[in-house]
Amino acid sequence: MKSWVPFEWIIAARFLREGRLQTLFITGGVAIGVAVIVFMSALLAGMQGNFIRRVLTAQPHIQLLPPKEVVRALRGHNYDGDEGKNVVESAELQPPLQRLKSIDQWQAVVAQIRSMDQVLVVSPAAGGSALVLRGSTSRAITLNGVEPDTYFRIVALPSKVVHGSARLNAGDIIIGMELASDLGLDSGDKLRVTTAAGASNILTISGIVDLGNKGANQRSTFVALHTAQSLLGLPGGVSNIDVTVRDVYAAEVVAREITEKTGVQADSWIAANAQFFSAIQAQMTANTAIRFFVGLSVAFGIASVLFVSVVQKSKEIGILRAMGISRGQIMRVFLLQGGLLGLLGSIAGSSIGAAALILWHRIAVGPDGLPLVPITLEVPLFAAALALALLAGLVAASAPAMRAARLDPLVAIRG
Amino acid sequence: MEGLCKSFNIATPLETEILHSIDLTLPRGEFCAVMGPSGSGKSTLLHIVGLLDRPTQGRLAIGGQETTELDEAALTHLRAHEIGFVFQYHHLLSAFSAVENIMMPMLGDAGFASDAMLARAESLLGIMGLAHRRDSLATNLSGGEQQRIAVARALAMKPSLLLADEPTGNLDTKSADTVFSLIREVNRSQGMAVLFVTHNPALARRCDRIIEVIDGRIVQAQNFPSL
Ligand SMILES: Nc1ncnc2c1ncn2[C@@H]1O[C@H](COP(=O)(O)OP(=O)(O)OP(=O)(O)O)[C@@H](O)[C@H]1O
Ligand SMILES: [Mg+2]
Repeated sequence: MKSWVPFEWIIAARFLREGRLQTLFITGGVAIGVAVIVFMSALLAGMQGNFIRRVLTAQPHIQLLPPKEVVRALRGHNYDGDEGKNVVESAELQPPLQRLKSIDQWQAVVAQIRSMDQVLVVSPAAGGSALVLRGSTSRAITLNGVEPDTYFRIVALPSKVVHGSARLNAGDIIIGMELASDLGLDSGDKLRVTTAAGASNILTISGIVDLGNKGANQRSTFVALHTAQSLLGLPGGVSNIDVTVRDVYAAEVVAREITEKTGVQADSWIAANAQFFSAIQAQMTANTAIRFFVGLSVAFGIASVLFVSVVQKSKEIGILRAMGISRGQIMRVFLLQGGLLGLLGSIAGSSIGAAALILWHRIAVGPDGLPLVPITLEVPLFAAALALALLAGLVAASAPAMRAARLDPLVAIRG
Repeated sequence: MEGLCKSFNIATPLETEILHSIDLTLPRGEFCAVMGPSGSGKSTLLHIVGLLDRPTQGRLAIGGQETTELDEAALTHLRAHEIGFVFQYHHLLSAFSAVENIMMPMLGDAGFASDAMLARAESLLGIMGLAHRRDSLATNLSGGEQQRIAVARALAMKPSLLLADEPTGNLDTKSADTVFSLIREVNRSQGMAVLFVTHNPALARRCDRIIEVIDGRIVQAQNFPSL
């Protein structure tokens, strides 16, 4: 017996060691529960992180747009009857054509947003639809006029280049790889771009990029801001302002703040992906429920094993009490056993969970050989699993521990 | 103790008084045998004296300390420091070795193991003639050896009172004699008082005094000249 180990620890550890098989089985049970929690949580976090990464590498956290044009109904003022209501005379309203409009005073708005603490990058842009012509074929495209200095810090186009470079001078255009292959284009080729505004320009393909999804690769093109302004008939104006923020999860809050400050409507990526977030929310709720019930079953398992142990050890508990060991000490002996079982189980379970995750990482790979869901083994997850199992063990042990402490030594010794 | 009474099943139709007005004084160092027929209340008396049970009436003082008003924690503390128990069955902790079992009361009291404890346990082991069994698990010892370890454990805290409830009841004559002699020896050398319940007249005759409990009363107290 080591002199630095407290009495209760010595007894608890010996009791557990003596009941080897019981200890082994219940530790196994706890381990399986913890492994499931660890595995599921890591997978969920991996999926979420993966989605967010994909979304956010191709779009800004917040986008400011000019107000939509609306048509107001003509209201007649015929007060017939005493209801005093406005009566709409012409019920049929035609939605207005959305003309390309610039954000009012955009330079001031940009300056205002740049001064906000949370904001990292602000990038004004002019975008609209256009047509590319190549020989006898044409394709509809989205023309994005950007300032490369700021825009590339939001969407890292240079890292997505598969041919050429991400150069954006006045006569340059960057196109998606799908469009390039449809039209048989390569970097250095020339291309005619025409817009509804009637403008037309011949641009040189400086780079071909892979934006990570087919639709984007078919439609998206990038030109310098000035080029887009003149093509789209928006001289000196911008059609949207792209913003990135420090904390991506705070984007919605920041967006509201921007709207409040500048009066321009700001949409966050969170609002734009509301469906995804509600799906994630549902999964999180399910995961929490599973955690809770696994924790509960772990606790019941530990409690039942300890109840059996209290009965088995009742004579020994009785003699300990007779020789002057206090109720509190007996109680702690059993609480400790519960805590130790939880701890042992969660250490084993975390190892199993981690091993399963590593295995899954190797097996579940996409056609490109990269893992479907990139998973990182994060310390907080394991710490949480450990804390949860420890807590479950202690809570579970409290009932048997109380029973052991209340044991009448006389009954125990006589029985 | 004075006017000690004990009833069981109080306030039920089964209420029975087992001990009736027991008066008994045990001087320091006295070795007292307790005899009497089965069911007469000997064990009940020992449990009350050992603070494992409370009397329904009467007063009990141990070493001048009045106990009837004390709370559970104080009784536990007093049990740890003043009283040693040996029962008919040894109740050793099966997960621990002989020497560890002897250390147990000291360990529980201090909270941590120490070299002094180990030394004390080893010396008791020597007195019991079981030095060679030091590291045997409790379950691997013979009945007589187990009971000697139980005696050593009861003596570990140097109690002023040793309560032995038929400690030799399960043993053969030779082992019983060994256990009794050991307790007697320690009683002489260390001067603690002993209440020794036995059905064996030969052993009882070797005590300082015999009290006989019949139907919850002390009917006879016999003194022997201590040799
Ligand atoms: N908890 C209890 N509830 C009711 N009756 C009890 C209780 N404990 C003991 N008794 C009764 O008290 C009486 C005395 O019991 P006790 O154990 O003191 O006898 P004893 O003298 O030690 O007998 P033995 O020599 O057989 O050990 C018995 O009739 C027993 O049935
Ligand atoms: Mg008895």
